[in-house]
Amino acid sequence: MKAFSRLHETLSRGEFAVTGECGPPRGANKEVINKKIKLLNGFVDAVNVTDNQTAIVRMSSIAASAHLVAAGLEPVMQMVVRDRNRIAIQSDIMGAYSLGIRNILCLSGDHQKFGSQPDAMNVFDIDSMNLIRTVRNMRDTGKDMSGFDLDTAPQMFIGAAANPFADPFEYRVIRLAKKIDAGADFIQTQCIYNMERFREWIRLSREEGLTEKVYILGGVTPLRSAGMARYMKNKVAGMDIPDEIIKRMDGVDKKSQADEGIQICLETIRELRELKGVAGVHIMAIEWEEAVGQIVQQAGLK
Amino acid sequence: MITASPKPIKEIIGLVEPYQKILILGCGTCVKTCFAGGEDEVAVLASALRLGFKKKAGSIQIEEMTIERQCENEFIQEAAAGVARNDAVLSLACGAGVQALAKRFVKDVVLPGVNTTFIGIQERPGIFTEECSGCGNCGLAVFGAICPVTRCAKKLLNGPCGGSQKGVCEVNPDTPCAWHLIIERLTALGRLDSLRTYIPPKNWNTSLSGGPRKLIREDHIL
Repeated sequence: MKAFSRLHETLSRGEFAVTGECGPPRGANKEVINKKIKLLNGFVDAVNVTDNQTAIVRMSSIAASAHLVAAGLEPVMQMVVRDRNRIAIQSDIMGAYSLGIRNILCLSGDHQKFGSQPDAMNVFDIDSMNLIRTVRNMRDTGKDMSGFDLDTAPQMFIGAAANPFADPFEYRVIRLAKKIDAGADFIQTQCIYNMERFREWIRLSREEGLTEKVYILGGVTPLRSAGMARYMKNKVAGMDIPDEIIKRMDGVDKKSQADEGIQICLETIRELRELKGVAGVHIMAIEWEEAVGQIVQQAGLK
Repeated sequence: MITASPKPIKEIIGLVEPYQKILILGCGTCVKTCFAGGEDEVAVLASALRLGFKKKAGSIQIEEMTIERQCENEFIQEAAAGVARNDAVLSLACGAGVQALAKRFVKDVVLPGVNTTFIGIQERPGIFTEECSGCGNCGLAVFGAICPVTRCAKKLLNGPCGGSQKGVCEVNPDTPCAWHLIIERLTALGRLDSLRTYIPPKNWNTSLSGGPRKLIREDHIL
């Protein structure tokens, strides 16, 4: 079978894949993207480009992804259903493919209430499950949602998100199965700090045979400070940071907290590599792209 | 019921200020039940306005009236004389009532006195919750009689988003996650497996996306 992207190729070879993340700027400055490209290039197999994350208006993920393509770094274009109806979704996917974008991550999107413009109207015409299915159907049948035969259908490697730390826990595996059924080829998870719960989720997924059907990349975010850890624990929806992690960050002096964060991240990656059913790691170093090279090298990933 | 909440008094004063004679018209059905526009609220608002305008030394006449339903012509008719006697009607009905008055009294000024909020229920005394969006294509049978189109902030049809924790919606800690409720209920009914079924994109044609809707009952057309 032909690989849809280089990330697909890496994963299908059975190599432990590494993806990074690049948040586009709040503005039209291409140099911000170029700087992040330089920090990430060579260390990762692909880079997620976020789509107005936390509902804050930024350069579009399509445009920023195209900058990555031009620089030879493979993007995973994130797309949320918060801001587009099905017409815009299909159109943007075709446009993205024509720009050389080969991976897509299908998401619901953070609610606009958390963003800088909470007065905005959201769309949610289709949900993330149907976004996955739409991309898959375009790819595999060559038709759009109306059944129209497309002149060159986008052929993308399709990703979806999973949050093993959200509730109700038992349903999370059913939801994963549904996403695979809808057409997800790979999964990137929410940041893992609670290893015990992640292990349990992977075990249940394995039992259902799901890890055989999809490549799961465990999400990690290096903590930069104890303050950040507390903020994420208390303010970021769907995040699960056990008290031991907070204590560990608190236990070292301020200057060494970033190093401690990286250590925790390296330990998590080490555990993920040992875990059956985990195909790679997704490193989300939020506005800390400098850390990615160090983590990848110290973890011996590249 | 259709729920509503009173507009702030300052806004109402701004709306009625240009007029000398005002009819405050209550509605005795939904807005009465949610304490926004029944006869009690008409009386309270009338007193507040009289007091407000006395301070400004303006001469303003306020008449109070409440009819059973402002969305039905046979009841609206009862208000015709009152409407004729006044310069403007301040309606405490929902948006449908306000517009029904405007359709009936083509040459009269009709002003809204409440903000229409949603189709809902009184969950506990004084607490009203939204339950239905009137999407025109009810899927409650699939979701254990809990509507994700209305009660999930992202209108998700295929399960909860990653922000649902401990049964609470990420958007508002006071709001239960609709999907958590659906899963709990279907688990209790022994039907959780039905959630493995894929739900296709919703046809919004029957909702407001198709423009203002019309319901035609041939058997009742005279």
